[in-house]
Amino acid sequence: MDLIQLLIGGVASGCIYGLVALGFVLIYKATEGVNFAQGDMMMLGAFIALGFVNSDHFGLAFIPGVLLAAALMGGVGYGIDRFIVRQIFGQPQFALVILTIALGFVLRFIAGSIWGYSPLVLETPFAGQTVPLGRINIGVADIVTILVTALLTLALWGFFAYTRIGLAAQAASQNQMAAYIVGVPVKRINSIIWGLSGVVATIAGVLFASKGAIDPNVGLLGIKAFAAAVIGGFGSLPGALLGGILIGVVEPLAARYLPGGISQMSPYIIMLAVLVTRPNGLFAQMHAKKV
Amino acid sequence: MKVIFKTSYDRDIDLHKDGWSRARIAALVAVLAALPFLVGEYYLAEATNTLIWALAGMGLMLLVGHSGQVSLGHAAFLAIGAYTDAALMNAGLPFLVTFPAAALAAGLFGALVAIPAVRMSGIYLAIATLALFVIVEEMVIILEPITGGVGGIMAPAIEIAGINFDRYANLDHFYWLCLTVVVLVTWGYANLLRSPTGRSFLAVRDSEVSARALGINVTRTRALAFGLSCAMTGLAGALMGHYIAFFNYELFSVFISINLLLVVTIGGLGFIQGAFFGAILITAVPQLIAILRGVARDSFGLDIGGMPGLDTMLFAMILVGFIIYEPTGLYGRWLKTKVWFELFPLARRDMFRRQKSYLKTERQK
Repeated sequence: MDLIQLLIGGVASGCIYGLVALGFVLIYKATEGVNFAQGDMMMLGAFIALGFVNSDHFGLAFIPGVLLAAALMGGVGYGIDRFIVRQIFGQPQFALVILTIALGFVLRFIAGSIWGYSPLVLETPFAGQTVPLGRINIGVADIVTILVTALLTLALWGFFAYTRIGLAAQAASQNQMAAYIVGVPVKRINSIIWGLSGVVATIAGVLFASKGAIDPNVGLLGIKAFAAAVIGGFGSLPGALLGGILIGVVEPLAARYLPGGISQMSPYIIMLAVLVTRPNGLFAQMHAKKV
Repeated sequence: MKVIFKTSYDRDIDLHKDGWSRARIAALVAVLAALPFLVGEYYLAEATNTLIWALAGMGLMLLVGHSGQVSLGHAAFLAIGAYTDAALMNAGLPFLVTFPAAALAAGLFGALVAIPAVRMSGIYLAIATLALFVIVEEMVIILEPITGGVGGIMAPAIEIAGINFDRYANLDHFYWLCLTVVVLVTWGYANLLRSPTGRSFLAVRDSEVSARALGINVTRTRALAFGLSCAMTGLAGALMGHYIAFFNYELFSVFISINLLLVVTIGGLGFIQGAFFGAILITAVPQLIAILRGVARDSFGLDIGGMPGLDTMLFAMILVGFIIYEPTGLYGRWLKTKVWFELFPLARRDMFRRQKSYLKTERQK
């Protein structure tokens, strides 16, 4: 019984890691850059949602507040690419790594100076509720997390498979030069993808906040999401999600059945093991350049 | 502009361009050596800190600037150096043994990690080093009998041949010790860069494919660069341990890794001098902020001390500005200024214009 409860909780937190990882992978697939500020974008999204929803701030209803926050973060993501990242187009890859790390600090400072550094709680309609299922209780927040993740994944799949922009993004991610030549507006597509990953980050942030308090340093969760993305193979959307769920499940199990300290290390140990044995991840889609 | 007529190959690969630049370096070292007689205790401590940061920065510079690999977890190697040194000294070994041992431990660990890591391309390596950092941090807590765990560990005072190098009692001695280490490492580093090994680092950085075609063993070169870089960082870690005197795992946070990256990026990637410029900046900016805070409070009645994270934020903004507007860093800017004066009045603005380029892909499809 214990095991099932751990598993469900693990899958739910794994979904959050997976969603943050999804944000990394979206940007990596489209632009070959890695956004190290993804965790901080998740944090900022959660705080903006909190600002709209909580009764001592704007006090909007939950769903419209979250949607508004997602739209706003989409704009933030679009703006970051349009005005900052585009400036270093063509510079080596690690320039973007360092740039986004720095941006993460800026976002953390912004959130810290608006909402303060003490943990805050997002008011959700399903806070603390549980559903009894046989002899165990399942948190409604966990169920909502899993459902929303599934829906979002479907929506993203539909976006890339059927819409005009999604198809253009796929083309740009396969070969930017060729896509540019056949008329895909590569730069604008990149910005749109950044915006999209801002939206995904916000949803991940809201789901994360529904399970506990948030403070400006929760963005460090992004490191775990990296592990998830790497385990899944950095270029694979379903891989990122599955990698996240794997980490989410292993962590509580390790905490329960293995000696202390291993649990915190487990995501990274799995990741290093995957990197050593299968350097391209479990669901590799990328291949090294050959002459 | 002075043109040097080179008459031998040895002259061509000489460390210094001419006698003038040799004299300048000698003068710089002389001034640094005389520093304890020139400035007070406070500034001497700051200078020592700068030297230690420069040493750590050189370690990362070798990796990022000269072999083109990114590490986001170099604080882990600082920690390994510091803990190896302190733990061995606490076990009764002399500093002359523990100090090289710290470099060896960090270097070997780095090389060991590098063997799987170097097969990964840039971004994977960055993430793997980040993960490594988290693992090392947890290991420090778990290995409590050696590292003192959360409580921390004491780095005992250094004594070589009866001379005391304690950081508090004999700061000038400790400063000279750091200076000697930094000068020796810099000299070795500069010589490394003109050796075949150093040249192969540069070749691997600029194009892995062409380096391989020229017969360079890319995996070995990268692992070697990683190991050497970690060894240098380990030395810096050992000195940092003695500088702080009593430390626990929190000294080596992820922010230290980021600060190190800042040192090499702002200083100027690919120049040894860059590590020094960056180190000066990173130790000077907190002081400047403190002074500015004092000015703001006294003359405007404005209390910006109450905003936590302000200096991190300032660092981050400086970093963003440099990456966008001056990717070659402070040293690159210095070189450009120098050229402008040397060529005066013939220098043109477009001389340093960046070439337009498109994305250099690492993918096959």
